[in-house]
Amino acid sequence: MEPFTRHTGLVAPLDRSNVDTDAIIPKQFLKSVQRTGFGPYLFDEWRYLDRGEPGMDCTNRPRNPDFVLNQERYQGASVLLARENFGCGSSREHAPWALKDYGFRAIVAPSFADIFYSNCFKNGLLPVVLDGAVVDRLFQAAYATEGYQLTIDLFEQQVHTPDGECFGFEVDPFRKRMLLEGLDEIGVTLEEQSEAIQAYEQRRKQEAPWLFPEP
Amino acid sequence: MTGKTLYEKLWDSHVVTEYDDGSALLYIDRQLLHEVTSPQAFEGLRLAGRQPWRVAANLAVTDHNVPTTDRSQPVEDPVSRVQIETLDRNCAEFRVTEFGIRDPRQGIVHVVGPEQGTTLPGMTLVCGDSHTSTHGALGALAFGVGTSEVEHVLATQTLVQKKARTMLIRIDGQLGHGVTAKDIILAIIGRIGTAGGTGYALEYGGEAIRGLSMEGRMTICNMSIEAGARTGMVAVDDTTIDYIRGRPNAPAGAQWEQAVASWRNLVSDPDAEFDRVGEMHADEIEPQVTWGTSPEMVASVNRHVPDPAEESDAVRARAMTRALEYMGLEPGTALTDIPMDKIFIGSCTNARIEDLREAAAVVRGRRVAENIRQALVVPGSGVVKQQAEAEGLDRVFLEAGFEWREPGCSMCLGMNPDRLEPGERCASTSNRNFEGRQGQGGRTHLASPAMVAAAAIHGHFVDIRE
Repeated sequence: MEPFTRHTGLVAPLDRSNVDTDAIIPKQFLKSVQRTGFGPYLFDEWRYLDRGEPGMDCTNRPRNPDFVLNQERYQGASVLLARENFGCGSSREHAPWALKDYGFRAIVAPSFADIFYSNCFKNGLLPVVLDGAVVDRLFQAAYATEGYQLTIDLFEQQVHTPDGECFGFEVDPFRKRMLLEGLDEIGVTLEEQSEAIQAYEQRRKQEAPWLFPEP
Repeated sequence: MTGKTLYEKLWDSHVVTEYDDGSALLYIDRQLLHEVTSPQAFEGLRLAGRQPWRVAANLAVTDHNVPTTDRSQPVEDPVSRVQIETLDRNCAEFRVTEFGIRDPRQGIVHVVGPEQGTTLPGMTLVCGDSHTSTHGALGALAFGVGTSEVEHVLATQTLVQKKARTMLIRIDGQLGHGVTAKDIILAIIGRIGTAGGTGYALEYGGEAIRGLSMEGRMTICNMSIEAGARTGMVAVDDTTIDYIRGRPNAPAGAQWEQAVASWRNLVSDPDAEFDRVGEMHADEIEPQVTWGTSPEMVASVNRHVPDPAEESDAVRARAMTRALEYMGLEPGTALTDIPMDKIFIGSCTNARIEDLREAAAVVRGRRVAENIRQALVVPGSGVVKQQAEAEGLDRVFLEAGFEWREPGCSMCLGMNPDRLEPGERCASTSNRNFEGRQGQGGRTHLASPAMVAAAAIHGHFVDIRE
């Protein structure tokens, strides 16, 4: 996994609450058996005017000029500014895959849906929760200033604005460690916890043998 | 010392290692797999040269992509076919038990698990699907995970999790005539909002919940995620135990007695403290219909489409305006005056035998309205389908003008050929009314099986109580 330490990038403001994972990556693209290649179809139904199908070449598809990611000033954005409950709905990890594949490294919002939030950390994508009033101000700043950038420092757990303002955010120590170092979480669990897992199983088989049917 | 909530009991009995920051490595008893969120997880195992930690803890079934038409025919969509065959191949290679497309036990993963006794009280159960919360109806700790977590569970039988806060939602009193489990959960979501349960483990209790069948409880737990909660649960009682007895993978003989004795403890202690308690009286709950593009945009069937101009919160008013525009609705329209184009009775929320009985009771001896282009009934599993046919429900639906299909997720999310065309409006027993969910440009109104069946007959929603 690509580690995340500190990132500075152009901000794209997506001013909608309850953005669901069906909107982030529509269902027809979930038929892929790969982890990559979802970027061109990110927000497909909002971004394009025609009907997207898997495998389609998106270069010449008609674009919706009103959609934020189609506007010239937001090309190359790597920080997505969003509203409440971003990523609600389905557990599809294709949503963070698509955001990452498109080029986003961080998402700043007042709140995230739980499963989406957790999925981001597994993919080098940092979800940052800031107070609603702060997010409101960031929206205004992003609209007002072309080329508006934010710096997000995971180690310090801070978001820095170009005006020198700074906002702290919370992140679980375990997730922070995994993301800072870009660790393979399965490898870490197997290396550090295999014996504990086996001991648990031995004990549990005595207590609740019906949970361990023979193959 | 205060007592424990059901969630705390389930959590505590699965902790392998506790970490300093309050998170823990939890043991996962069961994992259910389907074709959409598992291929990259199997590929991950393969690339790292890993094997499943305990292969017998997994059960796979194809459901999202499968056509609901003649199963003797090959899957026409080549992309769907590859995904279905990939699951078959992965299960064969890693020796995971799979109910393939022609297996009579095949069906929607959240219908199959409880039906087979694969889901049991006291378990931790995960699946790469947000509606895994369904299984909490059996007194299990069940939640949806992403593909990376699917791979983590395959490889280690554990997950690092942060303990959720607890919320009890108590529904006292008895439900009125024509009001069902689906109306309860839609009313709850309407009340607390689609993020109201974020960070919480929900427990549903009170007289109205206790009075529900297991099917009804599954409908409620299923849509916990639509209230933002990863997991929802109901305490074990006689209804739970009677439901499990005799199922293919349920314990038998002396182990059954031992298991039941242990399951009896799967209730929140009387003095347990929840972080939050929400109460509703069953009397307040009327048949519900959604009017917007989020499940919280819901109202009683006898109400009107709301006016964004009357909403004081600006972000919310914008969302409402957008939703009405997408839905092609004007504020003030009676919910019973909106003509439907399609009807969908199915999904992991409402495709169990009781749901089909409820819908068939409304449909019996009547005809689907002229303006309905298509009315689908998609049973939740092969077992449900067989049972329904044994009871003659298929004839009831067919004679009324419905199509009687093979089991799968179908038009709930339209990954298979069953979907809405742009602008089509559907009365649906499924769980999400998001933009494009049932097909690009499609418009979804969620309601109970009885309400959707009545909408098929009348061509629009009606108050089922009348």
